[in-house]
Amino acid sequence: MNEALQAAVTGISGRFGAEVQEFRGEVTLVVSPLQINAALQALRGEYQYNFLIDVTTVDYWPAEEPRFHVIYHILDTSLNLVLRLRSPLNGNSPTIPTAEKIWPNANWYEREVWDMFGIRFEGHSDMRRIIMPYEWEGYPLRKDYPLGYEEVQFTFNKEEIMAKKPHPQERT
Amino acid sequence: MGIEQKAGNMGVVTTTLEQVVNWSRTNSMWPMLFGLACCAIEMMSAQASSYDMSRFGMELMRASPRQSDLMIVAGRVSRKMAPVLRQLYDQMPDPKWVVAMGDCAACGGVFNNYAVLQGVDEVVPVDVYVAGCPPRPEALIHGIMTLHEKVKKEHLKTWA
Repeated sequence: MNEALQAAVTGISGRFGAEVQEFRGEVTLVVSPLQINAALQALRGEYQYNFLIDVTTVDYWPAEEPRFHVIYHILDTSLNLVLRLRSPLNGNSPTIPTAEKIWPNANWYEREVWDMFGIRFEGHSDMRRIIMPYEWEGYPLRKDYPLGYEEVQFTFNKEEIMAKKPHPQERT
Repeated sequence: MGIEQKAGNMGVVTTTLEQVVNWSRTNSMWPMLFGLACCAIEMMSAQASSYDMSRFGMELMRASPRQSDLMIVAGRVSRKMAPVLRQLYDQMPDPKWVVAMGDCAACGGVFNNYAVLQGVDEVVPVDVYVAGCPPRPEALIHGIMTLHEKVKKEHLKTWA
């Protein structure tokens, strides 16, 4: 592990009790959601992690505890070091504090995570859907979300499916 | 006076109003730009010099629905796009026609999931379906010629 990266990892894991995982040279810190904001703030302020690359989520359904992992990738642009933070969340409607006040560009990433996984970011300034229509129900990238598959039409079942399909009306 | 000299000895043509109107409609059928995905590339190609769709009276793609008669839906329509598509269709003046270009616009194609409309015929009435993924420009031109044949068979009593 790079020396500067090692310093950040030992500093953060010691202070916030984070578990350190290393896989093929990529370092991950597992931080509890209660301390994720403080850890991100420390990485930005005390170490030179000044760029938030991505905020995303993994759904480990049917596991419930933890069900989701919120993942942050952050970059030190002067030394070109990338660090990953994971934060496990339990249950069906989890919340985690927003990172918007640390990196303003977290705004849209967190809206996307809210849109696709239904994870609420507390303190977020504009918690709306970003990709799906506003009136959409459900969170499409959750593992228990139905794909919405429609049956394929063949000659033997064409009539049956056409009866169920919506048809447009001419407006007068 | 004058008119004989200008027109020359061209004689007289008799026809029906129905045929004249249908002839003028088919030969000035302006399509609306509705490129949504890869099919739009083939639609552009059909308009460009190699295939030159304007030979058949489709002079130019209109970016405004108010000026167009034909909507070529080129590509898959997401559920978020569907209300927009319907609104643009409603803004087109009568008479208007719709061509569903490609498998995605016709039936959802390979995108059989929650996010994509399973055929644009769920929101607008479609006149001609062009199969292919994406269809070649020849196929699109053939589809529009098929629509022309359909328009030429329309009757005066059904216009109103």
